[in-house]
Amino acid sequence: MSPAEQSQRSRSTRNGWLLSAPALTLLFLAASGPLLIVLVYSFLTPGQYGNVVWDFSLDGWIGILFTRDIFDGTMNLADAHLTIFWRSVKLSLMTTALTFALGFPTAWFIATRPPAQRAMWLFLITIPFWTNLLIRTFAINEVIRNEGLMNTVLTGLGLISEPIRLINTDTAVFIGMAYVYLPLMVLPLFAAIDRFDMKLLEAGYDLYASRMQVLRHVIVPIVKPGIVAGSILVFVPSLGAYVTPRVLGGGKNMMIGNFIELQFGQGRNWPLGAALSMALLLIVMAALLVYVRASTKGSNPHG
Amino acid sequence: MTQKVAITAQNVVKAFGQGAAAVRALDDVSVDIATGEFFTLLGPSGCGKTTLLRLIAGFEMPTAGKILIDGADVTEMPPNRRPVNTVFQSYALFPHLTVAENIGFGLKMQGRPKAEVAATTTEMLALVKLDAMADRKISQLSGGQQQRVALARALAPRPKVLLLDEPLSALDLKLRKKMQVELKRLQTETGITFVFVTHDQEEALTMSDRIAVMSAGKIQQIGAPREIYTRPVNRFVASFVGETNFLPVTATPQGARLSTGDVIAAEGEGSVLIVRPEQLRLGPAGVGAGLAAKVTGVVYFGTDIHVNLSLADGTALTARVPSPVDGGADFATGQDVAVTFQPGAARLIRE
Ligand SMILES: Nc1ncnc2c1ncn2[C@@H]1O[C@H](COP(=O)(O)OP(=O)(O)OP(=O)(O)O)[C@@H](O)[C@H]1O
Ligand SMILES: [Mg+2]
Repeated sequence: MSPAEQSQRSRSTRNGWLLSAPALTLLFLAASGPLLIVLVYSFLTPGQYGNVVWDFSLDGWIGILFTRDIFDGTMNLADAHLTIFWRSVKLSLMTTALTFALGFPTAWFIATRPPAQRAMWLFLITIPFWTNLLIRTFAINEVIRNEGLMNTVLTGLGLISEPIRLINTDTAVFIGMAYVYLPLMVLPLFAAIDRFDMKLLEAGYDLYASRMQVLRHVIVPIVKPGIVAGSILVFVPSLGAYVTPRVLGGGKNMMIGNFIELQFGQGRNWPLGAALSMALLLIVMAALLVYVRASTKGSNPHG
Repeated sequence: MTQKVAITAQNVVKAFGQGAAAVRALDDVSVDIATGEFFTLLGPSGCGKTTLLRLIAGFEMPTAGKILIDGADVTEMPPNRRPVNTVFQSYALFPHLTVAENIGFGLKMQGRPKAEVAATTTEMLALVKLDAMADRKISQLSGGQQQRVALARALAPRPKVLLLDEPLSALDLKLRKKMQVELKRLQTETGITFVFVTHDQEEALTMSDRIAVMSAGKIQQIGAPREIYTRPVNRFVASFVGETNFLPVTATPQGARLSTGDVIAAEGEGSVLIVRPEQLRLGPAGVGAGLAAKVTGVVYFGTDIHVNLSLADGTALTARVPSPVDGGADFATGQDVAVTFQPGAARLIRE
C-alpha cells in the first residue's frame, strides 16, 4: 500500500469515527449514566422514606452478605440472602440446561427442514414473543396452579387424587423460565446449525464415528458458537428474572431480581438494592468471562 | 476372475422417490472389483456414479440387490462399520480441526492408542507431502492441499477400499494432472483398492486398471482402458470415450457396405461402422484406393488438425492428422482427397 493510499485510508477511518461520534456518545451516556447512578447510590445511606441521604457508607455492600443483629449489633452471615443467591444461580443454570436439552433437537429439526418450511417453523417459535411476558407467565400459572388446567385434567382422568402442588415452588419458577426463554436458545442454535455442513456427518460416519461420537466430536464443536450465544441469552436474563419468580414462585421463592425490587420498595433500603444490582452485574460478567474463556480455548487439544 | 474380489455389487437397484415420480438412479448393476485394483466409474452427469459409491460406503441402502465387501454381505451394515473410506467431492474436511487432527480422526474414532494415531498421522502427512502444514486449520489451505488432506484422512485408517468421488474436479488443469500422477503413486504404494468416479474420459483412460462406463443407471461396458477405447460395445461407449465417426452400413459377405456403395472390411457385427478420427489416412484424390471425399473444413489443434470431410453421398466424417510442419501436407476447404482406414481400425457395433 502506498503512503498516499494509507493516509487516504486513515482519513476515511477518522471520518467514520467522526460521523458516528454523536451516536456513540449517546449510547455511552445511555448505557453508563444509569449504571453510574446505581453505583453512587450503593455507597450512600438509606433515607427514612426510601430515598437516600448523601452520607458515604459501605453498609449497602456489607448488607449483601451480612446482617446486623438488631439487639447486640454484631454482624452475622445473612443466610436468607445466600439462599436467594444460590436459588437464582441454580435455577438459572437449570433453565439454561433444560432450554438447551429442548432447544437443540428443536433447532436441529428446523434447520434440516426444506428451506420453504423453515421460515414457517421459525415463525412458530417466535409466536410467544407476540404477547407480553407477564401474560405468558400468567398463562403458565393458569396451567399449573392447584385448581389449574393440568390438575383439573389429571384429577378428572382419575390419574391423581390430590392436585400436584407446583405453584409457588422452585420447580414452578424453573418450568416458567424454561418456557419463557426457550426461543432465546433455539434461535442462535438454529443459526449455527443452519451453517453446519451436513456432509460432515457422512464424513464422520465414514471415519468410523458412532452417532454419539459424531455428536461429540463433529457437531458440538462446530455449532459451539451457537451454544455459547444461546446459553448466554438464557442464563443472563434468568439470573435477573423478576416477573417469573414473582408470579410462579409466590412471595417466598424469591430470586435476586425480586430481592432487589424489595429493597427499592417495602425494604426502603436503596443503597442495599443498588449494591445488589451491582453485585448481580459483576456475577453475570464473571460468569460470562469464565464461560467464554472455557468455550473458546482450543476445543480439542492436540493428540 | 482369478484375483480376490474386494467389492461385489449384485443386481443392485436404487430408486429415489415413490411411484410414478421414482427415479431409478441404478438399474440392475452388477460388478466385481478386484483387490488392489484401480477401478473407475465413468459416465455423464446423473448416470448414477455417486449413487453406486454411496451404496458401497453405506450412506444409502439399495432398493434391491446386495453389496459384498471381501465376500461378506454388508448391505445392512452402517457406514461406520464398513472397512471403506471416502474422499468426498467437496472434501468435507472438519473445519474445527487441524490438518493433523483431520488425518487422525478415523483412527481416533476407532479407539486406536494415541501413539499409533500420532505415528500414522505423521506417516500420512509425509505421504501426501504436507509435513509442514500439520498444525494449520483447514481454512488456511489451498484447494490442492485440502484435496491431499482429504486423501490422507481417508487413507490413514488403512481401509480395504478407498472410494473417490470426482476428487480432482475442483482443481485447475495443471494441478489436476499432477494429482492424477500422485493418486496413482499412492494407490501403487499402498496397494489399496481404489474406486474412482469421474466424468472425464481422459482421466479414466490414463489412471485406471479397469473402467466401468455407465449411462442412465446401467453399466454399459467394463474393461481395461485399451479395450474400452478400441472395442466399445455400443454407440454410447464409443461416443463417450474418445471421438468416433459413426457410419451406417449394411452387412454383405464381402464386408460392410457404406451408403456410398464402398465396401470396407470390419470386425464385429452390427449396422453401424465406427472408426476413430486418428485412424483415418488422407491421400491425394484419384491415386490408389480409398473413399472419395471433399474437405469441408480444417480445425487447428496444435499437435494435429481435424479435417472435416464429406463423402460422395454427403456423409460427414472427421479425420485427425498430424499438423503440417513447415510446408508439409495441408488441406484446404473444397479440396478432393482419398480416405483410407488403418488396418483393423473399422469396427461394427450394434445401434
Ligand atoms: N437423494 C436423492 N433423491 C432423489 N434423486 C436422487 C438422489 N440422489 C441422486 N438422485 C438422482 O439419481 C440420479 C443419479 O445421481 P448421481 O448423483 O448418482 O449421479 P452422478 O453420476 O454422480 O452425477 P454427477 O456426475 O453429476 O455427480 C440422478 O438422476 C439424480 O437426480
Ligand atoms: Mg456425482
